Amino acid sequence: MKHLLSTKDLSRDEAVGILDTAAHMAETQAREIKKLPALRGRTVVNLFYEDSTRTRNSFETAEKRLSADVINFSAKGSSVSKGESLKDTVETIGAMGIDAIVVRHSASGAAHRIAHSDWTDATVINAGDGTHQHPTQALLDAYTLRRHLMGPDPLGQDLAGVGVAIVGDVLHSRVARSNVDLLTTLGAHVTLVAPPTLLPIGVETWQCGVSYDFDRTLAEGGLDAVMMLRVQAERMSAAGGGYFPSANEYSREYGLDSARLSRLPAGVLVMHPGPMNRGLEITSVVADSAQSVIVEQVANGVAIRMAVLYLTLTGGQGGAL
Amino acid sequence: MTSAYLIRGASLPDGTVADVRLANGVIRDIKAVPAHDAGRPGAAQRVSDAGRPGSEPAGTVAGATVIDGSGCVLLPGLVDLHTHLREPGGEEAETVWSGTRAAAAGGYTAVHAMANTFPVQDTAGVVEQVLRLGQEAGYVDVHPVGAVSVGLEGERLAELVAMARSGARVRVFSDDGHCVADPVLMRRALEYVKAFDGVVAQHAQEPRLTEGALMHEGAVSAELGLTGWPAVAEESIIARDVLLAEHVGSRLHVCHVSTAGSVELVRWAKSRGVHVTAEVTPHHLALTDESARGYDPVFKVNPPLRGAADVEAVRQALQDGVIDCVATDHAPHPAETKECEWAAASFGMTGLETALPVVNELMVETGRMTWADVARVMSEAPARVGQLTDQGRPVAVGEVANLTLFDPAARRVWDPASGYSKSTNSPFKGKELHGRTRYTWLRGRATVQEGKVVERV
Ligand SMILES: [Zn+2]
Repeated sequence: MKHLLSTKDLSRDEAVGILDTAAHMAETQAREIKKLPALRGRTVVNLFYEDSTRTRNSFETAEKRLSADVINFSAKGSSVSKGESLKDTVETIGAMGIDAIVVRHSASGAAHRIAHSDWTDATVINAGDGTHQHPTQALLDAYTLRRHLMGPDPLGQDLAGVGVAIVGDVLHSRVARSNVDLLTTLGAHVTLVAPPTLLPIGVETWQCGVSYDFDRTLAEGGLDAVMMLRVQAERMSAAGGGYFPSANEYSREYGLDSARLSRLPAGVLVMHPGPMNRGLEITSVVADSAQSVIVEQVANGVAIRMAVLYLTLTGGQGGAL
Repeated sequence: MTSAYLIRGASLPDGTVADVRLANGVIRDIKAVPAHDAGRPGAAQRVSDAGRPGSEPAGTVAGATVIDGSGCVLLPGLVDLHTHLREPGGEEAETVWSGTRAAAAGGYTAVHAMANTFPVQDTAGVVEQVLRLGQEAGYVDVHPVGAVSVGLEGERLAELVAMARSGARVRVFSDDGHCVADPVLMRRALEYVKAFDGVVAQHAQEPRLTEGALMHEGAVSAELGLTGWPAVAEESIIARDVLLAEHVGSRLHVCHVSTAGSVELVRWAKSRGVHVTAEVTPHHLALTDESARGYDPVFKVNPPLRGAADVEAVRQALQDGVIDCVATDHAPHPAETKECEWAAASFGMTGLETALPVVNELMVETGRMTWADVARVMSEAPARVGQLTDQGRPVAVGEVANLTLFDPAARRVWDPASGYSKSTNSPFKGKELHGRTRYTWLRGRATVQEGKVVERV
């Protein structure tokens, strides 16, 4: 695995391998000395065209824990804001002799484009591209699910038989796309829940269920986790009157509140990729409830990103963990 | 250099094999020869011609340059209804000179130069400038298309009569690149061009349904996370426009038809007697939205590459005559506007040098069309839409010698950098092209000789 661009590219065994590696990484993070030498002498650039402090911090922590040299390159305040092209930026960075580019971009396909161009030979890790993919987010979600649902020793296991509802703005969500691909590859059953305006034309070809009715999906049961997606309030005022008429109507139909949570079995996990719009897609009570694994998702993100960097840059041959 | 030519043993569009003599800018003589007399392979024949006894220079007979046309087809010079030559204003991508050389190399003898230049071709002055640039280059006849609205802004009619009466004698009007979306403006334009039997060529794209659109809306766009350009945004405008054309009794031309639904609407309108013609591009005949999967913007075009069922529908419609013409929508762009992420890239593809090989491969070699059909859809019909009288004519004695000699069996891997367009944004890069233009004649003068554009001094 040279790059990580899309969870669609991962086989079941590759995905399980990443989750297992992440589990080893997480073990090392319980030690007093957290730093590992695996990427000593390697340079990783975090190339962020979108503001995302949390994702960038997560990658940066993972890189430093693996002893990589880290360069942060954010589009703001750099030559990019003066109109430098993606190609020029990547070629300039590439000229510094770097090993990997972690790229976040508002354009779908940006990471794919960099990886398949002759602009650089570096490993490319997609940290979110437009409304396409956010593979490390899906991997950390799968890791979180496996930790909670697949027994005391989940190593080597996939997510066979797990039921997950992904609720919200699927149309604009790279998290939803990445999760549908990855979770189904791992044997889980995914149901997308959204108003029809927030589902893409063509969703019927995806390997998942689709529901317009959150309550009915909850009543049908079979869920082990409910993943709430961030809904941007500006979608209400978009062209043509918006994708939904009001925040209130959205919350009533698709928000996760205590009443809906109370209808779920106690073991069902509540997930959210963050940042949350408390009061819109999820209430504070639910987000902070015992069933919520939202904070843990963040912690698992570091282990997953360590695993991805380790596997792409060393092929798993990076020495003892 | 002689201006007389004897083309031996080429197939005419109707399948007749003949020796064709060109002199003084016209087709002087056509002599059918039995097919078995037509020598082959070509190279050997040329050598034997050159070796004929007599005082003639090598390769000439009675003052005429002799060309072995065996295995080749002699077509009327191709006419493109939809070419972006980019000059004035976009000379980094193409000039009238470079674009018309590419056209000649592709077998064209006339192109319609789209109006989205800077300044826009919305006045008599600008269309006459483009006409003059075309005449000075001298490779093909350049017929400027006039803008429908001032500045292509879709608000006020441009001075259409002034352009029609100008030296450029404009008959085709289009805001191409933009849709004439305002139904009232479209109605007025259709009515107004009746005064000089003009035609409005519509780029059918409902703007509100395509805000931020990046590719065909369907399963592939859903997966790739690229904002969809739905078929209905094209079809709803075509439906409206054919009804408007019927209502005001005018002539509508639909640019780059790309969907199965559009084909059905054009078929329906024609069955009602609406004066509508339609074109399809080689890329919409050849490629699907699957091409977007690599996020290479060379496949980003407007309207977008559609689904496989749409591709089959436009092929069938071209075969059936529901679609009248193949038009290239040759849209050159400088490299930097394609060497970037998909969303940031320009829409458009080059096409002049690849159109005939693509049509040959998809429509002729498959048995769907004859060479007479190709002559119809790539020369006769577009000339008629553009009201050209000396183009798109039969290959017959006395006709102006606007011709192209095409070798359908030639094969080469297409490298756009080796072509004549200034830009290289060809979706067929690296593909094997089926056939090659050997010669093109503009009023009897060779603009292309053995695949090479003839330099003018
Ligand atoms: Zn157009």
